[in-house]
Order: sequence, then C-alpha cells, then structure tokens
Amino acid sequence: MLKQLATEVKATMGIYEPGPGTVYGMLAEFKDPGALYTAAKAVREAGYKRFDTHSPFPIHGMDKAMGLPNSKVGFITLGGGIAGLALGTWLQWWTGTVSYPMNISGKPFFAFEPSIPIMFELTVLFAALATVAGMLAMNGLPRPYNPLFYSRNFARATDDAFFIHVAADDSHFDEKDTGALLERLGGRNIEIIHDRGDAE
Amino acid sequence: MPVSSADSEKTLASTADYHAEAPLVQGNLSFHDITELVTAHTEKKTPLAWWGAFSLANIGLLLLVGMVAYLFWNGTGVWGLNNPVGWGYAIVNFVFWVGIGHAGTLISAILFLFRQQWRTGINRAAEAMTIFAVMCALVFPTIHVGRVWAIYWTLPIPNQMEMWPQFKSPLLWDVFAVSVYFTVSLVFWYVGLIPDIATMRDRATTKVRRMVTGVLSMGWTGANRHWRNYEKAYLLLAALATPLVLSVHSVVSFDFAVSIVPGWHTTIFPPYFVAGAIFSGFAMVVTLMVIARKVYGIQNIITIEHLEKMNIIILLTGTMVGFAYITEFFIAWYSGVQYEQYAFLNRAFGPYAWAYWTMMTCNLVFPQFFWIKRLRRSVPFMFAISIFVNIGMWFERFVITVTSLHRDYLPSSWDYYTPTFVDVLTFVGTFGLFFTLFLLFLRFIPMVAIAEVKGVMPQADPHFYDHAGDGHDQAHDVSVTTPQDHTQS
Repeated sequence: MLKQLATEVKATMGIYEPGPGTVYGMLAEFKDPGALYTAAKAVREAGYKRFDTHSPFPIHGMDKAMGLPNSKVGFITLGGGIAGLALGTWLQWWTGTVSYPMNISGKPFFAFEPSIPIMFELTVLFAALATVAGMLAMNGLPRPYNPLFYSRNFARATDDAFFIHVAADDSHFDEKDTGALLERLGGRNIEIIHDRGDAE
Repeated sequence: MPVSSADSEKTLASTADYHAEAPLVQGNLSFHDITELVTAHTEKKTPLAWWGAFSLANIGLLLLVGMVAYLFWNGTGVWGLNNPVGWGYAIVNFVFWVGIGHAGTLISAILFLFRQQWRTGINRAAEAMTIFAVMCALVFPTIHVGRVWAIYWTLPIPNQMEMWPQFKSPLLWDVFAVSVYFTVSLVFWYVGLIPDIATMRDRATTKVRRMVTGVLSMGWTGANRHWRNYEKAYLLLAALATPLVLSVHSVVSFDFAVSIVPGWHTTIFPPYFVAGAIFSGFAMVVTLMVIARKVYGIQNIITIEHLEKMNIIILLTGTMVGFAYITEFFIAWYSGVQYEQYAFLNRAFGPYAWAYWTMMTCNLVFPQFFWIKRLRRSVPFMFAISIFVNIGMWFERFVITVTSLHRDYLPSSWDYYTPTFVDVLTFVGTFGLFFTLFLLFLRFIPMVAIAEVKGVMPQADPHFYDHAGDGHDQAHDVSVTTPQDHTQS
C-alpha cells in the first residue's frame, strides 16, 4: 500500500520502476517540437500515462498535450511566504517586547510600521527558497542516476533533439505495441532503455 | 511586444512593414548553432587575451585586499571622513554598486513578467552582473563599521550582551534587504542555469568536467514533467524578485530619507533611487555586452536590436532621474524651509558645483542623444554614453551624500570633504573584484541562457510546423507519416 503510493508519487516526478526484467522504458526521437507535440498527444490518446517528453526547452502547450495538471509549486511558495511573514512578525514583536524591551522616546515596543521592511524581506526570502526547494522536490531532483543516461543518443536532449520516453512501468507498455506506435508517429532511433543499476 | 509565431510569420512576409519587429535571433541559427555558439567559449582552450584581462582584474583585486587590510590595521581614520561628513566614499560606492545590480533583476524578473522576450539574450550576463555588483556593494558597509570583527552584531544572532540589533533603523533594514536580495538573485540565477549546465554536462568530454557539471545540473533531462514545475517556479521567482528589487533601493534610500538632514529628508527618494539604479545598471549592461558580444562573436544572439532597446530604457530612466533632480529643486523652494533651500542652492552653486554639474550633464543631457535612432544604434556611441552614465550616477550618490552633509545646520562646523588615496584605491579595487568574477563567469558559465533563447525562437513553437518548416502537415498527417530511416513494423 505504502509502496504503491511511493511508486505513484515517484511517477509524477518522472522516476519509474523498471518493468519486466531490467527494461526501464522505450525512447524515441522526433525531429522537431511540432512532431513531438502531436506524438505526445497521440501517445496520451492511446491510453499511456507514464510517459514523458524530453526537450532542450519548454514547449508551449505540452502540458495539455500530455494531459498534465497545473504545477502545484505555487502552494509551496505560499507556505514559505506565510512562514517567513510569521517569523518576521514574531522576531520583531518578541525581540522588542519580550526579550529586550527598550523605551526609546516613549515609542511603542512593537509597531507594524518600522517592522514592515524586516517582515517583507523575510517573506520574500522564505517564499523564494521554498519555491526552489519545492520545484526540486516535485521534480525528484537532484537525481544523479537516471537509466536514460545510458542512451548515447539521449545526450542531445539538452541540445537540439526531442524525445518521448514511455516507461515500462506503464500498464499499457508492451515492447512490440509501444514500439510500433512510436514508429507510426514518426519516432526515429527507437531504443529500449535498460535499468542496469550501475554507474558506468 | 510578445512575438508569437503568427507575428513572426507576418514579419517575414512583410519586410517592408516599418513597424515589424526584427527576429530576436538573427543569422538563421538552428538550435544546435545556439548551443555551439554559447558553450564553445566554456570548452575551448583559455585564450591569451582572457589571461591578460584576468591578470589586470587580479591586480585590482589585490589592490582592494591591500587597501582593506591597511584600513583594518589603522582604522577608518585613513579615509577622508571629517566631522560633518561622516559618510563618504563608503556609502557612495555602496549605493553605486547596489544600483548597478538592479538592472540584472529588472531584466530577469520585471521584463519576464512583461513578456519582453528580448530579455533572453542578455539576462544571464545581466544577472551575473547583479550578483557580482552586490558582492562589491557588500564590501563597503562591512568595512565601514570600523570594528569589522563585530559585524555579526548587525544580524539577529543571540550574543553575549543579550541584545538585539536596532530593528527600527534603516541601516539594519539595509542588512536584511541587501542580503535577501543577494540570496534570492543567486538562487534565481542558479535555477536559470540548471538546464544550461545540463547541456554542458551532455557535451562534456573529460571526467572532471562531467562530474562537476553532473553535480551542478542535478540530473536535469529536460523532461516536460520537470519543465512544468520549473517554469512555474521561474515565474514565481520573477514575481518575488520584482517587489524585492524595488524594495532594496527603497530601503537604501531610507538610509538618507529617514534622517533629518536637509537634502536627504524627502519622500521622492525611493522612486528616484529605483529609477537611478535601473538607469546606471542598464548603462553597465551596455558597457559589458558591447564588449562581450564582439569578443565572443555572439552578435546574432545579442543583436543591435537588444542594445537599442536597452538604450531606450536608459533614455527613459535617465529622463526620469533628471526630472527628479528638477522636482527636488522645486520642492525645496516650495517648502519654504530655508535650510532645505540652502542645501539645494549650495549643491548647484557651492563648493561642489563641479560634481553637481557633472552629474547633471552625464545623467540628464547625454542620454537625450538616444532620441535619435541612428545614435542609439551606433555601438561606439552607446559605449561612450554608457560610460558617461556610470560616471554620472556615481557622482549623483556623491552629490547627495557629501553636499548635504558638508554644510549642516551649524556654520561653525562646515568643512570640505576630500577623499584620501585609500578611499580612491579601495573603489578602484572593487572594479578588480567585479571584473575578476565577471571574467570567471565568461570563462566557465554559458553567458547566454541557451534554453531560454531557444524557447523564444519561432521554431520552438510546436504550431510553427503546422504551416511552415518540414514539408508535410503534421497535424493531419500523424497516422500515416512514414519515418525515413525505419520500415513499418
């Protein structure tokens, strides 16, 4: 049960369990963002869920083509911001009134006006750091080991090549059918990726 | 104006259209060409010219270290500070360097929110400039405290006195504002770098290079599941950095505006400081980019259109700053306060009139040449103006700080402030620090945001191929496309 949940969560990050044997998935190259877009749409319509596109830059509309929901990073940002604001307010109030109250020209020990800069800066700091941490966590990064790195061709994913990777973990995955589908969609250099589990 | 593929199509079709926007990337470059053009400079053998420039910058850095050591040994008496002028070069240089940094955040965050896609060509270098400029800025308040070993008292760290910093002081707000600004800028910059470091990783040929880029790129594979969160995070960081950058120079201006010194105590300071910061920062970006694009041969990515747009921003913000100078004079007269009126007359016609008119000429007059299209597209001309603007903006901070202080309420304590050689050489030394860092950046890090530049090219739009490009209509043809190098199974 718990293990299944973990698999589920990891799949949203693009980390998949190897399928039968050591087969991790199938990788196909497409010639341009347009071909990748139409292919991703078709793969999704064929019922696949655990697949991903890899491109050197974000492709507009790909989330919709793949059927992915909106990113949830914003909630983490909000949480970080609230935490920062609370910390800033507490810091200003506690140091001024509890820890070391000092009477300066009869001014109040705590007031919002002079506290705003500190509260604001801490809000921004915590929100920004939470955003980055949340983005990395939701992406399952850092991920030094990824079976896709075994593919020689895949190095071009950060240069000028466009890939679809269908995970063996997907319930529809079948070496023959999936391969045929990707080929029909215009996929080239189709290869099976093995999760060999060793780093070079 | 956002350039969608439909717009750029129109541009290609009607080149005679006067209002047509030139393409962001010129010279018919492919995605791979962009990768090559940018990463090649981090992979090739270090050129001799780089070593030359780096040595020169290192001499400046050594100068800074020497001057700071001399200061620590002897105390702040080695500076030219005197009794009415308790703030001299240190604060002037601090505000100058922080201001330089602001253009980087404006380009990376504010122009991003406004969907100004031309920012992609320059944002990486501009953000690097921000980080290095803020580092230079942080040197000054740190060494200005006199007892530098107690600098941690500015942070809310429990100490043996059981006291907290004075949270009601703008100087303390500065500590928070500038350090948060530095941290967020650095994080923002690193997030932008991740896909490009992955590009370097995938091209790496040596083991060391593969290890270093492998660790720094965190296993980035350009997966769309990742891009989705990444783009959202980038947008949120831009949305956070925007109010942050405005707050930083506002807080810096509070250092002055919250005091009761005539010439400082004005409400116009926050917006005027922010405009001035963007003005000087853009001038610095122009100075650096004019050289870098030439030396590194990336004129097709940082095009003349980019430079022209920056010059328009220089013209706009320069005029805003000039308007603020004039408003200050009007308000001084209109306030009816004789101290305020004297402070401003003394600025323009007193012993520091030379500094005031240098500032006026460089900041208000010189940028006006950019009304002329031919001049704002002339590289040598904009280079000269950008240098003048930086001189002018340094003098602005000098004028604000020194002329307001040197003649305060009590004429018996009036004095003339002259910097010592330590003041001057410390300032020169920070340029050494800045250029040391900037040259390291140019050598080891892709100076253009590769993934972002590719993303704004018309070919990056999946619908570009619906009607142009590869000879067959993908949208209708999916099920019958026959791959060339594979047979049907």
